[in-house]
Amino acid sequence: MAGEGQTATQYIQHHLQNMAYGKLPAGYTRADGTVLSESTWTLAHSSQEAADMGFWALHLDSLGWAIGLGMLFCFLFYRAAKKATADVPGGFQSLVEVTIDFVDKLVKDTFQHRNSMVAPMALTIFVWVFLMNLMDLIPVDWLPMAAAQASGNEHLFFKVVPTTDLNVTLGMALAVFALMIFFSIKEKGALGFIKELTLHPFHSGKWYVDIFLIPFNLLLELVSLIAKPVSLGLRLFGNLYAGEMIFILIAIVFGVGVLGFIGAGFMQLGWAIFHILVITLQAFVFMVLTTVYMSMAHDREEEHANDH
Amino acid sequence: MNINLTLIGQSITFLVFVWFCWKYVWPPLLGVMQEREQKIAQGLEEAERAGKDLELAQRKAADQLKQAKEQAAEIIDGANKRANQILDEAKQAAVEEGDRLKAAAKAEIEQEVNRAKEQLRSRVAALSVLGAEKILSVNIDAKAHDDLIDKLAAEL
Repeated sequence: MAGEGQTATQYIQHHLQNMAYGKLPAGYTRADGTVLSESTWTLAHSSQEAADMGFWALHLDSLGWAIGLGMLFCFLFYRAAKKATADVPGGFQSLVEVTIDFVDKLVKDTFQHRNSMVAPMALTIFVWVFLMNLMDLIPVDWLPMAAAQASGNEHLFFKVVPTTDLNVTLGMALAVFALMIFFSIKEKGALGFIKELTLHPFHSGKWYVDIFLIPFNLLLELVSLIAKPVSLGLRLFGNLYAGEMIFILIAIVFGVGVLGFIGAGFMQLGWAIFHILVITLQAFVFMVLTTVYMSMAHDREEEHANDH
Repeated sequence: MNINLTLIGQSITFLVFVWFCWKYVWPPLLGVMQEREQKIAQGLEEAERAGKDLELAQRKAADQLKQAKEQAAEIIDGANKRANQILDEAKQAAVEEGDRLKAAAKAEIEQEVNRAKEQLRSRVAALSVLGAEKILSVNIDAKAHDDLIDKLAAEL
């Protein structure tokens, strides 16, 4: 457990707080009781401070890890791409090719339109989200304690699993959403997109009836449209957050006597093995759903009509 | 758990990484994989063709061998036949030559005999004449008695 003399609640709260960097207003009373004389950009020292920073704050830890792992992915795959030969592939090239083959087949099955961006996007999502999820398997205290040691600040907030930060998962979902709308408009035109939102699912074929159906259609379609990115982001976040929470709880049990230590060891092992499945599955689900949403964005109205 | 600028940051990061993967990672790797796929397909095809070629060559070789054997047998047969023929011809020639020599010898003998007979006859005629002369003690005009002498000689 990080920091002696912490209660279990404090320990959990400490683990669930991101390293927020933001602006605190002048006259703000900080966690240690000091009052700021002028507005300052600073690291939050408590959850309350982080909350008071409002929207204009960055989670340095989740964003840092996300970018770091994304760059790791890009670096490894770019190097593999540079070195790739059509002759007998080496070990890492084989791994990369298996991944690419897997993603490519899946995208070809799901996404039948012409868009060279979807498959690379699916690959990026799969590997990147997998790597971010993988951070969950590192024992919960290692990296935060190392960071605390390195920075000399014992109470440094440091969350290492980016996907347990709602901002990260929703951020990706938001980008996917933006791409959905972009491709919808690009493929069907603004009018086609609006038609899709207003003339479905209720459609009579007579314009004077359709006009009265527009509000209902718009409501339904907007809800289903917005539900897509929200559910996409929340699903990943929820799964990983829950997993992280259980790892934290197990970490608490480690401190409860010898029996607790042994029991927690077994629990940690069991949950970690199970979690290998969860993190892969969630990365896979995020990739598949993104591809499906892209496919839906490319589907034309006529094709829609034929489906029913 | 606060929603803050991290959301936008992550969105931008996401798009950047997707763009990077799209431009620099995906195309070369997929290209290499497709190239290898083609190579393997080509290799398999070539192997199949080589197998077929081999089979064909083997069949051809076997055919040629068979043909050569047949030809050899034919040649040996012909040679045997020819040898027999030559032998027969030689035999026949020898026989003919023998016959001819025999016939010639016979003719010569006959000639000799005839000549001897002739000589003998003429000697007998001369002797007869001589004998008759002695007996008659008269010179027989050979010319006058030519007929007689010839007759005598013919009777011998």
